[in-house]
Amino acid sequence: MIRRPKPERFRLRRTMMFMNAQKPGLIKDAYIYGCDSIMLDLEDAVAENQKDAARFSLYHALTTIDYGNTEVIVRINGLDTPHWQEDIRVCVAGGADGIRIAKCESAQDVHTVEAAVEAAEKEFGVEVGRTLLMAALESPKGILNAYEICSASDRMFGVAISGGDFRKCMQTKFSPDGVDMLAARGQMLLAARAAGIQCFDTVFTDLDDNEGFKAEVLQNKAMGFDGKSLINPKQIRLVHEVFAPTEKEVKQAEAVVRAYKEQSAAGVGVFTVNGKMIDIAFIPGAERTLRLAKACGMYEGDLV
Amino acid sequence: MEILKSAAAGTLESSDAMVTVEPGEDGIQLELSSSVMNQYGRQIKATILETLERLDVTNAHVTVVDKGALDCTLKARVECAVFRSCDASSANIPWGGAIR
Repeated sequence: MIRRPKPERFRLRRTMMFMNAQKPGLIKDAYIYGCDSIMLDLEDAVAENQKDAARFSLYHALTTIDYGNTEVIVRINGLDTPHWQEDIRVCVAGGADGIRIAKCESAQDVHTVEAAVEAAEKEFGVEVGRTLLMAALESPKGILNAYEICSASDRMFGVAISGGDFRKCMQTKFSPDGVDMLAARGQMLLAARAAGIQCFDTVFTDLDDNEGFKAEVLQNKAMGFDGKSLINPKQIRLVHEVFAPTEKEVKQAEAVVRAYKEQSAAGVGVFTVNGKMIDIAFIPGAERTLRLAKACGMYEGDLV
Repeated sequence: MEILKSAAAGTLESSDAMVTVEPGEDGIQLELSSSVMNQYGRQIKATILETLERLDVTNAHVTVVDKGALDCTLKARVECAVFRSCDASSANIPWGGAIR
């Protein structure tokens, strides 16, 4: 049985690829694509009369297949279905890194899931607190309650918007400039940053529209998202390219972190690097750039 | 577990297997066909029989049409078919116990 290492609450999550947990052909080699996280789906991708079969398939995938450094998240069925409790039991028993709460609308929804996760951790002898949570906001109510959702639990690592359901609620449809979801994305980002957790954009479903996909990913990066949900492996490379720092940014970040280590050891709080004022407030950002650079193969040093 | 009624799980897609269990009276009767029978037939048969034994199924007629499923998929399909035959597949599954 594969025992996955304890999940990291904050790690690099540029790409999160959805996979139907009921399809053995898909999940058996999901790790080869190089996405940061895979999202095994028990919800919409699985037909109503196959929910049970998907769980058996998921359990054995989680305990048999070595996904290496790829994070393994499971999307469970909504709290308004008869499926979510057994979904949580199998996720915890199988050792999934995290659970994505579908159609989350309030802090109470997070608390409900958290209580069931904790009960399952005790039932299956898993360390309490090991299983991480993230929430998908799919309705106007979810967006309006984004901050209380983001800050509802220490297990929460991130929040994502789900475009299909959200646009349906808003009586709008996909727009190439993103205006259809601009306010929602903005509000969710504010809430996630205020709560100190990560934020992910929705899937782009037209696999033939490469220009449209690129424009959306560029906008995601500009708005401050940590990553994006994907539906096809061919989308991974572009997101990793767009989210990669530039060489200049990596050099500057390296200089900043190195200088900070030297200066703070010498008792200096504020100093300049290449003409720019630097103090402790710049360090987390610079370290983040270096971690990103390392994941992209652009940095091999030991500062992060 | 006792097979109470006919039940099936799985598909005929590549890397999957279709497993059907029916009530039987004379031990386990296994009908196996596989797209990789020559290479893996014995291993597939062993996995199916081990899984049935773990679930304490002693009498059943079992039909498996394998399309190159991994062992973990075969186990999942056999288990699901057996639990479905007892109407017990949707809740309180013994994950990590009989299912492992």
